[in-house]
This record gives sequence, C-alpha cells and structure tokens, in this order.
Amino acid sequence: MSENAPLLQVRDLRTHFGTGPDAVRAVNGVDLSVDRGEVLGIVGESGCGKTVLALSILRLVDAPGRIVSGQVLFEGQDVLAMRPRALTALRGRDIAMIFQQPKASLDPVMRIGQQIAEPLRLRGGRTRAEAWREAVELLGAVGIPNPEEKARAYPHEISGGQAQRVMIATALALKPRLLIADEPTTALDVTVQAQILELLRERCRALGTALILVTHDIGVIAQMADRVAVMYAGRVVENAPVARILGDPAHPYTRGLMRSAPVMGAVQARLQEIPGGIPDLTRPLRGCAFAPRCDGRRQAGPARCDGQTPPPFIPAPGREARCWLQDGAPAAQPAPAGWS
Amino acid sequence: MSRYVLRRLLMALPVVIGILLVTFMIQAVIPTDAVSAMYEGQTTEEEAAEAIAAMRERYGLDQPWYIQFTRYAGNVLHGDFGESIRLRRPVSEEIGYRFINTLQLTGAALLIGILVGVPMGILSAAKKDTWLDLGAMTVGLLGISMPAFFFGLLLILVFAVWLQWIPVVPRGGAALLLPALTLGLIEAAPLSRIARSAMIELLRRDHIRAARSRGMGEMSVILRHALPGTLLAVMTVIGLQFGNLLGGAFIIEVIFGWRGIGELGVKAIQWRDFALTQAIILISAGAHIGANLVVDVLYAWIDPRVDYDT
Repeated sequence: MSENAPLLQVRDLRTHFGTGPDAVRAVNGVDLSVDRGEVLGIVGESGCGKTVLALSILRLVDAPGRIVSGQVLFEGQDVLAMRPRALTALRGRDIAMIFQQPKASLDPVMRIGQQIAEPLRLRGGRTRAEAWREAVELLGAVGIPNPEEKARAYPHEISGGQAQRVMIATALALKPRLLIADEPTTALDVTVQAQILELLRERCRALGTALILVTHDIGVIAQMADRVAVMYAGRVVENAPVARILGDPAHPYTRGLMRSAPVMGAVQARLQEIPGGIPDLTRPLRGCAFAPRCDGRRQAGPARCDGQTPPPFIPAPGREARCWLQDGAPAAQPAPAGWS
Repeated sequence: MSRYVLRRLLMALPVVIGILLVTFMIQAVIPTDAVSAMYEGQTTEEEAAEAIAAMRERYGLDQPWYIQFTRYAGNVLHGDFGESIRLRRPVSEEIGYRFINTLQLTGAALLIGILVGVPMGILSAAKKDTWLDLGAMTVGLLGISMPAFFFGLLLILVFAVWLQWIPVVPRGGAALLLPALTLGLIEAAPLSRIARSAMIELLRRDHIRAARSRGMGEMSVILRHALPGTLLAVMTVIGLQFGNLLGGAFIIEVIFGWRGIGELGVKAIQWRDFALTQAIILISAGAHIGANLVVDVLYAWIDPRVDYDT
C-alpha cells in the first residue's frame, strides 16, 4: 500500500436486519474513506444507520443483523473477508471502538485495571505485573485521579465520565491506528462531554490514531472533525471538509440539519426543524430517500428526485453530494475511487 | 463478611423455629400415633391397650401437645433429638451415619450434574441454533420431563441387567455409582438450561461486544466475561438442588436401597416415628437454609455489586 492510500476504505457496504421483503436496510450502500490520523465525523439523525455502520466496520453487528455485501478495506485488506483469527487480531490492535454506554460496556464483575490490562496481557504479550503497571499508567494518561487506587475499583464504583475515560484507555491500550467512537458523549453530562471530547482528540493525536466519530450532534462535529460524512436513510448523502459542511452545505438535508441545530460560533437565524420523518427502511428506496422532505425537489425536478437515485456528484474537489441539484458537476460512478 | 454471614444465620433462626412448630403440629393433628401403629392388631386387645398406655407414658405422648412441644424444642436446643420409638435408640445416632451417606450421594450427584450440565449449557449457548444446541436441549428436555424413579430403574435395567457391568445389588463404591448417576443426570438437565439461557442473555450485553471489539477471541469472551455472570445464575439453582438432595432424595434412595436420610424418612413416616420424622424434616430444612446461605455468600464473593451491609 502506498502512503497516499486511505487507511480505511468502505465500499458499497450494506447491512440488513432480517431477510426477505421485510428486511430493514439499515446501511444501504455506504462508501467512505478515512486517512491516517484524520478525524472523520459521521452525522445523522437517530435511525439513519450510523451506529450500524460503525459496528459493521468491525463486524460487531449481532443477529438478526448481517452484512449483506460490500467491502471494508483496512490498509487494503478486506475486513469482511477475514477469517476469525485475523479478525480478532485486527480488533483492538488496528481498529478499536468505544461505545455510547460506557458503564454498560465495562464488565461489571472485573476490576477496571484488569479490563485495561487484559488486552495488554492476552494480546500484547505483557506479563501480569507489566500489564497491570501499564494499565495504571494508561488510567493516569486519560486523566483518572489516583490511578493506582482506581485500577482496583469496579465499574459500578465510578461515574459515567470516568467510565468513558476507562473505555478510551482500554481501546487505545494497544495503540490502534483507527478508533471508532460511537456517540461517545451522548450518555454523559454536558459538562463532562467537552472534557471527554478533548481527551479523545488529545489521545488520538498523541498516538497518531485516526478517529471515526459517530454522533447526531453537529456541535461535536464542528469541534472535532476534519471531514464529515452526512448519513440519511442508510446512505452517505454528503461528504466534505467540516468547514464546507458547516458553511456551505451542498445537500438540502445537510442544510436542514444545520438549520435545526445550534452550532457554537456560527451565526444562525431561528432553529428550524426538517418537516416529515425518516423513510420506512423496509421498503426499497426509489429515487432519493430525502425527496419527500426536500425543499429543493421542485427545483431539481420531482420526476427525477422521486424516480432515480442520485449518484455522488462532485461539486468541488474533495466534496461529494448525492443530490440532483448538483447535476452538471462530474459524478463519481459507480463506486468512487478516492474519496478524500 | 463474617458479620454478613452472622446476620444471615440470625435471619434463619425464626424460619427454623417455624418449621419445628409446623412439623410438630402436623404430627399432633394426625389421629394415630407411633405407639398405636406399632401394637394395633398384634396381640390381644387388653395386652395391646396396656402396652400402648405404658409406651405413651414413657414417651410423654399422654401430655397435652404444647407441653410435648416445649419439651421437644428444649431438647433439640441441647442437641437431643429424642429417641426413636421404633429403633429404640437415640435419633442422633441413626441420623448421623445416614446423613453422611446422603452427603456422599449428594456430593457425587451434584458433581456429575455440574460437570455435565454447566458445560453443556455453555456449549449450547455458544453454538446457539446449531444441531449441537438442538441436540443438547432435546436431551435436557428429556431429563427434565423424565421422573427420577423411572430413570433410576432404567439405569438399573441397562447397566445391571442387560450390560451386567455392575451387580443389581452392588457393594462399596460401586453402590454409589448408579444412584449418583441417576440424580446427577436428572439435575444436569435444569442446570444446562439455566446455564444456556443465562449465557445467551449475557452474550447480548454491551460489555461483551466491547470485549469483542478489543480483539478478545470467542473463547476468552465466554470464559472470562460471560462465565462469572452465568455462574451467578447457575449457583442459585445449584443451591436449591443441594438443599433438596441433602434433605434426602427419598425415592432414589429407596429404589437403590441407599441407606441415607431419604430412605430413613420414608420408613419413619410409615412407622409414625415421631422423633425420627421431626429430626429428618429439621435436617431437610436446615440443609435448605444452609445451602441458601452458602449461595448468598458466594454471590457476594463473585459479584462485587452485592453489598454486605444491606
């Protein structure tokens, strides 16, 4: 692999829940890529498939969900084609993940220090004592006071914010090159959220770890991301640098999202909601999934919006939008080669 | 920890007293007593009446029930369970070796039950919805549905009569084999189902997914992260089974002629042997209470979320 190739490349990924005509197409043909050290934000409203996408990358989707097709290339190797042994070797060491509910994500009957030490010992080849010492150090590095004492605590004895710090320490113990953070601050107090985000950024920078940050919070995106993929109904509808997304969104859905969320530092008029609700994902989508709620549908041509799925157009280098309004710009079809 | 155990013991005390009282009342309410049962229809009417009166006086059966009870409770507190009317010797003597026999059988049966049932349940959960899971659960259902006495007779038929691996009336260690196997396999069935459902439930938890995301293999996920929780669920059932078996596996002991508490219990009731029956019921209740106490303490030991002080 050349140094210029992306660290992670997702191609036409589809994850369905259930089978047959009633299957929920939670992830319905997603393409995206992450460069080394980059922070990619994945944003969208509840039920747009962003969590399922995150889980699919590490093949952590539980039944009845299953990955139907696509590729997840980590440094050119297809994660979806890996044998179990290669997959467990990849998890934690190359790609790690942290979750929305930090306290539930820790084993309730195991001491915190042991949970951090576990991957170090079982996979990093440390002895028990070395792993414990390193776990204490890692706890200190994520800002837990009295790490030696806290290492002996059980998860029910610490707060949610501390639990997420522990999760970060655990996930980064083996210095992975990519960390997937699924709504890492959603379950936390507002005051703690900013600290956790800052910690995430600082740790990832220190280790050179790329970050996929999944969130429904535009504010978090604005604060953290280099680039943003906007998801709607199981697809990425727009993918662009964060400044473009915030300042000059190309997709009507992104525009709607911006108008409906307060963004720190951005000058905004009244917050506006997007009319309508997300489409039924058990039905095959004809045309653009957002068309029924879209204020640009008339302008782009209702027949086309309702009937044909827009390809990813490239309105400017490094930007893509699946919207007929961008027709005229070159289209990346069928599968985009380079996304960044 | 020791304070926790002590408090649990104190909490058990009223239960013991209650059990004592209830057993006593049942005996008092039954129209015949041991003495009538022994002599009725055996000699001439006068001789019988005379003997009955003498015996009743000797054992205090002519006293009102509350005096009998007070005396009995007082004696029990001093470790005296009275004298068996039928066997003509102290109950504690007879109960002593019987209890050790039952303890042997219980231990062996539970060991078989745990060693067969728990791994079977865990394997079923790990291989959920495969032919292995289906097979194990079908066998388990069979085990739950099959009456113990029938299964015992079946084992005797197969191993002693058809295969002739062991004599029909074995001696020594061999005598333990079939009753322990019968009880063990019967207990293994519910254990495997509990272990399976607990494990399946646990494998859906967030922390299991998190462990997988760190590259823990399926084996370490199951053994290190799901097993403790599974054992918590299984332990409750083991505790109940232990209490049950220790109180005497009545039918199995009778079928196999195993001279334990259960076999004695059946005889004691047939004999209307007052002191003996009460002692056996007391031991049975004590076994349950003890087993529950042990489970509670083990719970606190395995699960750090259990608070000793509540």
